Amino acid sequence: MNTFELLGQGLLTALQWSNLLYALIGVTLGTAVGVLPGIGPALTVALLLPVTYRLDPAGSLIMFAGIYYGGMYGGSTTSILLNTPGESASIVTALEGNKMARQGRGGPALATAAIGSFIAGLVATLGLAFIAPWVVQFALSFGPSEYFALMLLAFMTVSAAFGESTLRGLTALFIGLALGLIGIDQLTGQTRLAMGTPNLFDGISVTTLAVALFAIGETIAVVASRTSMDEKVEAVKGSVWMTKEDWRRSWKSWLRGTAIGFPIGAMPAGGADVSSFLSYSAEKQFSKHPEEFGKGAIEGVAGPEAANNASAAGTLVPLLTLGLPTTATAAIMLAGFQQFGLQPGPLLFVSNATLVWGLIASLLVANFMLLVLNLPLIGLWVRLLTIPRPWLYAGILTFATLGTIGASASTFMVGPLPTSFELGLLLLFGVLGYMLRRFGYPIAPVVVGLILGPMAERSLRQALQISQGDPTVLVHSWISIVLILLAFAAVLVPMILRARGKGQMLAAMAGDED
Amino acid sequence: MSVRDDTTTIQRRPDRAAFAIALVLAIASIAIAWSTYHAGGMASTQPVGPKTVPYIVAACLFGLALWTAAEAWRGDFPEREEQQTAPILWVVGGLIVQMLTIKTVGFSLATALMFTATAYAFNERRIWLTLPFGLVFCFLVWLAFARGLQLSLPAGPLERLF
Repeated sequence: MNTFELLGQGLLTALQWSNLLYALIGVTLGTAVGVLPGIGPALTVALLLPVTYRLDPAGSLIMFAGIYYGGMYGGSTTSILLNTPGESASIVTALEGNKMARQGRGGPALATAAIGSFIAGLVATLGLAFIAPWVVQFALSFGPSEYFALMLLAFMTVSAAFGESTLRGLTALFIGLALGLIGIDQLTGQTRLAMGTPNLFDGISVTTLAVALFAIGETIAVVASRTSMDEKVEAVKGSVWMTKEDWRRSWKSWLRGTAIGFPIGAMPAGGADVSSFLSYSAEKQFSKHPEEFGKGAIEGVAGPEAANNASAAGTLVPLLTLGLPTTATAAIMLAGFQQFGLQPGPLLFVSNATLVWGLIASLLVANFMLLVLNLPLIGLWVRLLTIPRPWLYAGILTFATLGTIGASASTFMVGPLPTSFELGLLLLFGVLGYMLRRFGYPIAPVVVGLILGPMAERSLRQALQISQGDPTVLVHSWISIVLILLAFAAVLVPMILRARGKGQMLAAMAGDED
Repeated sequence: MSVRDDTTTIQRRPDRAAFAIALVLAIASIAIAWSTYHAGGMASTQPVGPKTVPYIVAACLFGLALWTAAEAWRGDFPEREEQQTAPILWVVGGLIVQMLTIKTVGFSLATALMFTATAYAFNERRIWLTLPFGLVFCFLVWLAFARGLQLSLPAGPLERLF
């Protein structure tokens, strides 16, 4: 069957009313968490893992993907109206978008962001549909050693390639890898690093770690800082519609943003934040009005917003075809697949073709829903920004602890008092998350390390078992050699750039979440 | 790195907090190696057993600890804002109270206490507003998730009434 037929069948799955409902819930939640500062798609998907445990796998995955897409749309609203990015991928949007809002051009800024996101999402999702079968064919030849090399590359790009410091990126990664070791070894059944506590035999739950690092760590960081307590929401004044001039200046930026964002998301080269920064500097170069940049240039909103959506779709290429997450949200979505006993990768396209193509097709549907949610209904989302901080963060922590208890109800006795073990872990990792933020460590590598670490270990051990302990098996094919060389390059090139004082660009592209 | 320029690098002094991080990393790496060494386990015929990767991770963490110590010595860590400790204690305290009480008094009551403490940390001092609101909110959440979505959430006296 060719891609069109598969996609057509996928559309039939996606248009079932129950899947439409899941998609709608997903995009609505995604937009809401995108708009709200302090929570993002990674945290939301992590919170929903325990809730969706008993629900339909296809529907749940459609919902997760809707949250990811929705988060990219919603983040722009906060950036434009509040000058505080709702998502790390929308940081650059604030540069030009908020300036536009202050000049009373908030409406067109929101419109160009939403329409750009729509076009990028549409093109990039079709790109995903057409590229995925090719990657799958290529990936079918991969053995354990190629997979190990691939994960090595993902580890290095996620931790060391971007951000302020190679040291802190790698440290964050190894904290995650160490946490991933805790529990019963998958291949031999031996207990490792559980400190004799039965509560730890099942390992550290993805939900608990992600919720602690993102929600608790963020809340403590916000409450501890003296600044950023009061912010001004810019009202949407004047015309909401884009003028002819706005359209003329936007459409090229949308396409350029898509062209930049999709490959960056698809290669293990960092997430949406990286692509939005690259798109911003590209727009600055191409613009006929470079003098407007920094004062509210519409290209500076259109390009990056298209780029971050395109890169969200791009991220799904390695996730679905190789089982390789390149961002924290993708890593948590991978955990979502695993919770339903599904392993993303080339075999999934054979064994669960209906589910995969239904998921891809429902992204197209979700994209239409998002356009409706974000253009005519934008006023509703703006209201969310007016929730006072104390109530907002108290509510976030309520849902954070809810998801954590849902992930594991295990009890730990403190003397005669039964207490929740999982909430203890949540607090511990929450303080860790605050410390990581305080000392400038990135968060995403910790989560990716926890999820991908055990998978990388399994590939490594399988490869070495097949070769009976001969380590040269790891470099036996050209694919492995190239991947390992790329992994080294991902660590060394940025180190050299930073040593030469060219680190600002990399530091600016540091992202925590998406 | 974007904040720092060459003139300030010279004035930087060794960073004590960063040394503490290096020490914690070193202790963690030794603990992983020690725990792996003493874990016993079956004699494995496989060249790479369950202990190999923990040793690798421990060795890398130790290397990173040394690297961190070197950067701490040079004062390479980014500057930190001054922090308020009292609000942190309110948030952490609320979470501790919730953890300790949730298995006995149930989800709604324990979480409402945490809700109130968090709001207090964010300068919402009107406890007579936040506590009742938190209680009703948490109970509705409990109803939706425990009854509606079959999530296993601890029930206490309040939840058993319904």
